[in-house]
Amino acid sequence: MTRPTVPFFELQGVEKSYRSPDGTIQRVLDIPELTLDANEQVALRGGSGTGKTTLLNAIAGLLTVDAGRIVVLGQDVTRMSESQRDRFRADNIGYVFQTFNLLQGYTALDNVLLGMMFGPGPDRDLARSLLDELGMGDRMDYRPGQLSIGQQQRVALARALANRPKLVLADEPTGNLDARTAGDALALIRRMCAEHGAALLLVSHDQGVLAEFDRVVALDEINRAAASAEPTS
Amino acid sequence: MNVRGIILIVGRSLRQHLLSTIITVLSVALGIGLVMSVFNLSEQSRKAFTGGPVGFDAVLGARGSQLQLVLNTVFHLETSPGNLPWKTYDEVRRHPAVDLAIPYAVGDNYRGYRIVGTTSELFTKLEIQEGKRLTPMKGGRIFDDGLREAVIGQTVALKSGLRVGSTFSPYHGVFYDPKQQHDEEYVVVGITESTNSPSDRVIWIPIDGIFRMGKHVLRGSGKQYVAKKGEAIPDEHKEVSAVMLKLKDASAGFMLDQTINRQGKVATLAWPIDRVVAELFDKMGWVTDVLRLVAYLVVVVAAGSILASLYNTMNERRREFAILRALGASKSTVFNVIVVESAAIAALGGIVGYVVYFAILGGAAAIVKEQTGVVIDLFAYHPALVYAPLGMTLLGALAGLLPAFKAYSTDVASNLLPTS
Repeated sequence: MTRPTVPFFELQGVEKSYRSPDGTIQRVLDIPELTLDANEQVALRGGSGTGKTTLLNAIAGLLTVDAGRIVVLGQDVTRMSESQRDRFRADNIGYVFQTFNLLQGYTALDNVLLGMMFGPGPDRDLARSLLDELGMGDRMDYRPGQLSIGQQQRVALARALANRPKLVLADEPTGNLDARTAGDALALIRRMCAEHGAALLLVSHDQGVLAEFDRVVALDEINRAAASAEPTS
Repeated sequence: MNVRGIILIVGRSLRQHLLSTIITVLSVALGIGLVMSVFNLSEQSRKAFTGGPVGFDAVLGARGSQLQLVLNTVFHLETSPGNLPWKTYDEVRRHPAVDLAIPYAVGDNYRGYRIVGTTSELFTKLEIQEGKRLTPMKGGRIFDDGLREAVIGQTVALKSGLRVGSTFSPYHGVFYDPKQQHDEEYVVVGITESTNSPSDRVIWIPIDGIFRMGKHVLRGSGKQYVAKKGEAIPDEHKEVSAVMLKLKDASAGFMLDQTINRQGKVATLAWPIDRVVAELFDKMGWVTDVLRLVAYLVVVVAAGSILASLYNTMNERRREFAILRALGASKSTVFNVIVVESAAIAALGGIVGYVVYFAILGGAAAIVKEQTGVVIDLFAYHPALVYAPLGMTLLGALAGLLPAFKAYSTDVASNLLPTS
């Protein structure tokens, strides 16, 4: 008798609604199913209003869903308490934002170390080697304002990988970059995730980016809320 | 989240809001410095004035206020309440309860420094503290009771420029008036070692010199008498401003108090001296209370400024908190960061408060020494030096609760969205 395989990532029947300022309930997520294998790299195609950021935040445990379950590494994020989700996120999930969200008062090295503080703890050697690996060895003491956009992107990636996450979520990571830099950045993200054994779930509406992925999931097709986009009450 | 992480975040935040941090730290430092100064200064003043190196147990003077008598003879402030006939000094000197009686005659000054006419017994018999006498420094000596010689206090020497061998002419009255200079010239024969007491601001001359000083009229007998050159002054004409007493024991004090203050009507006995001064401090206690209240208010305002400065940055820092949360920081971590940051500002204020404390106490000590000769020790311990900064740190942490709650409540998802 074989034991059922625990999925690396599985999302089932996830629903999320918000109350609009006018009092109506706006459903933003209604996704019957989405799966991801370990080490897999998947692109989510989604334009404005398809609920892509809400979906990533729900997977990261930054917000709760109204229904359904989100299983990451065999653990149902939706059943965790807020503090458990915080801990789980710190230990297992790396997050790369469109605007990088680096802390301005911190050096590149400090930004990476900060990412480690909430997980296994700061490891200066690892942080340095990550930045080195990303070609930022000579910019470790620079603050974000002293770095180019592309360099900031690398620091953000180093921070996302600092805790050796099993899953990296990337929300329009190339959205602020020019075409050439975007191509380099994307290649870097994919290579680093592959080398560090992390699965990648990347959201983009850029056709050039999407073309690089073997598997592209159209969010406006799997998210029934995005398809209807009608107030429900 | 370990301590290093919190220190990193708090340190970066304080540096990022440097101007606001500096201003808040300074306001806290002012409050803490004030609290520590007021507490320590009031405590030390009381101790210095009530337990300083006086050497005497009691003062006998003209009928009047005990406090005025003590202020005039021990602290060399105020004016003398009046004179006593020499006979009274003679009687009390022989009293079996009295160990030592030294007469004082006041009423002259040299450039504001009071001149006290007394006997050489002040230097030879009186111990101002156990085993310690009012001794002239090396190269000097005590005056000869029959000559125009003077022994000056350390502060007088430093401030007036008088040295051993210098000559000077006293001025009439206890306040300096250049038009009131006497013709008599005195020579400085000794400078006393520092006593850190009002004695350092005094010029001691033989009491006979006061009796014979020009313009001085003696009324010891009830009639006016002016001393004649080359003639001895009959005791009946002499008078003293006060008699400083060293008593044999405490019961002697009770006995003299009963005899002089309760049954007699001629003189006043100020006994014990420290009790008389303590009464002054008790009466003036409200001044200290007001100062303490002001200091507390400044501390409360400082705590309020911590709260306001942190609270005002909460809006601009919402994104920072959201990023920290996205990195895995729990709500309680964000809460703790703000409370620690608030406490850190207060603690920094407490540290800088020591600078304010030393500045205030140093200034106050200089004024007190200049006016009274009493020395305030800048490095004297007072519990407020520990409790005030610790209490302020705790208050700072409390002041951080409201901003911390605001940070705690930051919505992560909405604050991570691109702003442009």
